[in-house]
Amino acid sequence: MPDAKRPEFTPEQISEVHRLQGLYPDKQGALLPVLTMAQEAFGYVSLEVEEYVAGLFGMSPAHVHEVVTFYTLYFQQPKGRHVVSVCHNLSCHLLGAKSIVEHLTRRLGVEVGETTTDGRVTLLTVECLCACEQAPMMQVDDRYEGQLTPEKVDRILEGLR
Amino acid sequence: MGGPARIVEKIFTRNFERANSHTLAVYRETGGYTALAKSFQMEPAAITEEVKKSNLRGLGGAAFPTGMKWSFIPKGSTAPKYLVINADEGEPGTFKDRYLLERDPHALIEGMIIAARAIDSHTGFVYIRGEYVQPWRVFSGAVREAYEAGLLGKNIQGSGFDLDIVVHRGAGAYICGEETGLLSSLEGKKGWPKIKPPFPAVKGAFGNPTIVNNVETIAAVPHIINRGAAWFAELGTKTQGGTRLYSVSGHVVKPGVVEAPVSVTLRSLIYDHCGGIRAGHRLKAVVPGGSSAPILTADEIDVTMDADGLKAAGTMIGSAGVIVMDETVSIPEALMVVARFYAHESCGQCTPCRESTGWIYKMSHRIVEGKGHKEDLDTILDVAKRGAGTTICAFYDGAVGPYVSYIEKFRGEFEALIPRDA
Repeated sequence: MPDAKRPEFTPEQISEVHRLQGLYPDKQGALLPVLTMAQEAFGYVSLEVEEYVAGLFGMSPAHVHEVVTFYTLYFQQPKGRHVVSVCHNLSCHLLGAKSIVEHLTRRLGVEVGETTTDGRVTLLTVECLCACEQAPMMQVDDRYEGQLTPEKVDRILEGLR
Repeated sequence: MGGPARIVEKIFTRNFERANSHTLAVYRETGGYTALAKSFQMEPAAITEEVKKSNLRGLGGAAFPTGMKWSFIPKGSTAPKYLVINADEGEPGTFKDRYLLERDPHALIEGMIIAARAIDSHTGFVYIRGEYVQPWRVFSGAVREAYEAGLLGKNIQGSGFDLDIVVHRGAGAYICGEETGLLSSLEGKKGWPKIKPPFPAVKGAFGNPTIVNNVETIAAVPHIINRGAAWFAELGTKTQGGTRLYSVSGHVVKPGVVEAPVSVTLRSLIYDHCGGIRAGHRLKAVVPGGSSAPILTADEIDVTMDADGLKAAGTMIGSAGVIVMDETVSIPEALMVVARFYAHESCGQCTPCRESTGWIYKMSHRIVEGKGHKEDLDTILDVAKRGAGTTICAFYDGAVGPYVSYIEKFRGEFEALIPRDA
């Protein structure tokens, strides 16, 4: 089982790491894509994952930690099975993002930044996702959901298992 | 209300409504890759000249003349050169590159091949923001299709020219849309901008000469090659050619991507192209070029939406993200939302930006909470103006745009929230 505390890629994943490293003039260019891969494989980027990935690049774990903590899409703690990220930037704010966030916190019983106790959903607020024509909008895992209303949010939540 | 919209041929959006517009077959049906064939008959320097004459200016934010940028690659340099496409769309209020990646990815690929040959590059990187999963999937599919058709890789269409495209995903950071921050990120580092000079054209990605261009900018190139620089220049103003994509959002009836000549007025965009303000409401203010552009009031919308027109109006075109606000909007709240964004996204490298964005967010927040101090507004203006121009990149100047303009143009609204005895 993939384990963020004892991370190890499969031989197929290792070949993918090497392929990615070969795409850049310096293999370090592949660090972000490989961290994304590692997060998908192990669930989140633990300190152990950082150290493991550092080993694949022959770089210091401190450098990897600096990178991981700089970007918003790397999770340093376990996250829910689904991640719901509500845009709270200007266009979404104008069209009611705040009430969408409030609705989600009530429905899920969590504050922004928290995960439901059953591990189903992590709720986040994020900066502009650049889908302002659909405001208010949010990202649910890989997909964008726009023109949100409380009713639409409820339907989306029902689909998350 | 504005006059009738000038009817102009669609360039960027011509395929947007066609089924399967992301496929090579549909792209070819509308003349796709004929510009590439034509460009192979041209000397690389002639391509750059043509782009210079077209008055194409960068459509990501800085509006720098594209052909001139390309000409900064050192002549005779034998180092590998890179073409990097900035698809890290992130400026609040902007969404047009997402449409291009999903609905016309081959326009970008064709433009990249032509541009790469002009600057003698054989490797192109497309840096797509990490949140754009669907655009990344569609664009990557188009790249695969182009390889299979011999449009990428070795000896493209028998021309002897080679180009590989690497599709790179970001990991969430607005600053990576700044071109040198983007390059740091592409190199596997945190996205800290770099001091210029050296400019990327001399020393960019991995230490080699690099041109960084926005998606839309490069998507314009095949049209310029096919139809000629004069045609493209004629569509715009004396100093900027073409049509462009405006991302319009907020309180308009029909938000969305609008293609219009760069000479379109802001009034026409709002009232002719987007159906005006939602029923029963009236215009209060507009941010014309993404959140970093200084705000305009309702009586300042008779401006042309080209780079120089908006500069003359004291604001900027930026990424052409138009955010429309009606009379229900609290400007102090809007400033707080924008200030929160800049505080969150400051990369932390330069002290004035790191410190000011955080403090200004805190002050804007307490003003909205009714806990402002009477000196807060002048403190924000003072801190904002002192820091402008003192940092490595343009991020902080972009934050200063809203800080100063929101307060100066709507000061009474802020003062009304500050307790008299504060």
